[in-house]
This record gives sequence, structure tokens and C-alpha cells, in this order.
Amino acid sequence: METSPVGKQRKKLAQALLFGLMFGFLLQKGGVAKYHVLEGQLLFTDFTVMKVMMSAILVAMIGLYFLHRTARIKLHIKPTKIGANIIGGLIFGVGFAFAGYCPGTGAAGLGQGDIPALIFMFGLVAGSYLFAEFSETSKKTIEKWGDKGKITFHTLIKVNTGPSVAIMAIVVLSALLVISKLS
Amino acid sequence: MKTFSLYAFISLLGRSTLAAAADTTMQTGGAWSPYLAGAFIGVLVCLTFYFSEEPVGASSFYATVAGFIGNAIAPKHTMQLEYYKEKPPKVNWEFIFVIAAIFGSAIAALHESEFSLRGLPQMWIDRYGENSWALYSALSFTGGLCMAFGARLAGGCTSGHGISGAAQLSVSSWTSLICFFIGGVIAIRLIY
Repeated sequence: METSPVGKQRKKLAQALLFGLMFGFLLQKGGVAKYHVLEGQLLFTDFTVMKVMMSAILVAMIGLYFLHRTARIKLHIKPTKIGANIIGGLIFGVGFAFAGYCPGTGAAGLGQGDIPALIFMFGLVAGSYLFAEFSETSKKTIEKWGDKGKITFHTLIKVNTGPSVAIMAIVVLSALLVISKLS
Repeated sequence: MKTFSLYAFISLLGRSTLAAAADTTMQTGGAWSPYLAGAFIGVLVCLTFYFSEEPVGASSFYATVAGFIGNAIAPKHTMQLEYYKEKPPKVNWEFIFVIAAIFGSAIAALHESEFSLRGLPQMWIDRYGENSWALYSALSFTGGLCMAFGARLAGGCTSGHGISGAAQLSVSSWTSLICFFIGGVIAIRLIY
């Protein structure tokens, strides 16, 4: 076990390499690196994206809950800013439809040999810089609308984490069952 | 070595438990069951939280790249921007993670003989024809632009909000995820 900060950082980056390989591998195997699969989800002709996402959420939700309880892992909950979440989310969705990739699946698309994914990735880089230009304004305006901090459903409805996870697991599982009947 | 044995294990699973047909036309779905691939991604999220103390995410990689480019061209201007003051661009966990994902996907595609250099997607050609690179490029670039802008504003993408965040029952993540799909379902009507 290395304990020096440099050693720790190196170990962490080595983990990123291993986990990233696994992530790209799984996205490709799941079929979600493919243009027609992603666009098909938005057209409701192909439900692969929802199947992959809902399964991932279900397993991660239950896994993280127990890891948090037993191993005290640190959670990474993003702050709720209703205005920014909604406006940003909708703009993201438009981009999703136009490009037929998302930031993770675009990388996986390139990996499986889709040359056009590069154009999309250039767009992502440009959009990121554009946002940085706008970040000061956004912080003073949109990001202030409905700024609620790091809230979760269980803090919102005042139910303990365990029952909340159980309820959400049932909801997600039911959604999966419905989706599996659709295609 | 560790990576290799893991890969061997996964490929064994893929071959033995799933009768997967090799997809050469890119018109079908994934080689694996989407439920299985999704469940493994869920396990992967647990691993990254446990070992690296990081959620799985992809979009900030592009912000880091943009920051590097900005720093190379106009360092003074870039570093006075609010976003980069808070998050100075550096080679971090997510940066390596996304680059590795490109190679991970390549391994998966090679393994299924799905890897080949491809031009325009068939679905696009069916609608817009072969000679539509200009339109495709414009739309794809604009799409990427909107997507990164939206992701930064919303605080994450389909991975960071959609999987990692949603799994923690975060209100911001579920709100954003639902909006991703609402925006997408509306906008796709413009092109298909």
C-alpha cells in the first residue's frame, strides 16, 4: 500500500484506466454506442437505452446503499438547482437528438470505429468552453433559481434511506418490466 | 495482467451465457443483453465509489480538454473564467476514465468483430442520402455544443446524472434525466 500523495494519485489514475476500460467495454456490449440505438430510444422504436440505464440504476442504487451503510463510502450527490437542472437538461436533450450520442457513448462510438463521433466530440469541447464563458452569468442568474442544495428524495419526503431505496427499486423494476413488454 | 484476466472473464460470460450474434451491419443492438450490460455498469459504479471515491461520469472530460486548449491559446482569458477558476483543467480521474472508455469499447467491438472504420450511420443515410456530410457535420457539431453546454448547466450528463446521480436518489439527477429525454424526444421530431 502506497501512502504518499503522489503514490495515492497514481493508484487512483490506474484505477480510472481499469474502470474506464470496463465502462467503454460495457457500453459497447450493451449496444448503446450505436447511433441508431440512441436515436431509436428517442423515437420509441428501440428501448435498449432505457433497459441499460434502468438496470444500471437498480443495481447501483442497491449496491451504493449497502456500501454506504457497511463501508461508509462517501456519496457524491449533486446540488439541486431546479432552474439549471431543467434548462440545462432540456438543452442537453436537444443535443442528444441532434448528435445521436451522449458524452460517454460518443467516446464508445469512436472506440468501435465511428469516425463521425469525432465531429460530435469537437462540438462537446466547443460547448464546454462556451459554457465556461457563460459560467459567471449563469452563476448569478439561472443557477440561483430554485437552489435547494444537495437534496435527495428521502430527505424531501422525510422517509428513511432504506425504505426509500426499496420503494425506488420497486418503481425502477416495474418500469423495467413495462419496457421489456414494449419491445 | 489483472485487466486481461478480467477481460477473459467477461468475454467468457458473454460467450457462454448469451447466445450473441455477431453484428457486422451495425443495424442491430448490442452483443449482450442490455439488462446484463446495465447490471454490470451498476456494479462498476459501486466499484468506482468504493475504490476511487469517484462517481462514473463523462461530460467533464470535454470541459477539461477545452480548458487545456484554452490554456494553450489564451491562458489569461481562460483562467479568469468562473468555471475554470473553480475547476482548473488537469489530468484527473475522469479524464483518464473517458480516454480508457474509448479503448474499452474498441476491445469490445474487436471481440465481436464489430470494429471497422465507419462513415455516416446507416440510419442517417436512409433519411438524408450518402452525400450529406455537411448537414450531418453541422447537426452533430451543434448537437455536441448544446449537449456540453446543457450538461455543464445541469451539472452532469447521462452517466453522471443519469446513472450515478439517479442511483443516489438525487433530486437534481432525476430532474435532469427526465429533462434529457423530454428535450430529446421533442427535438428528434425535427430530424426524423
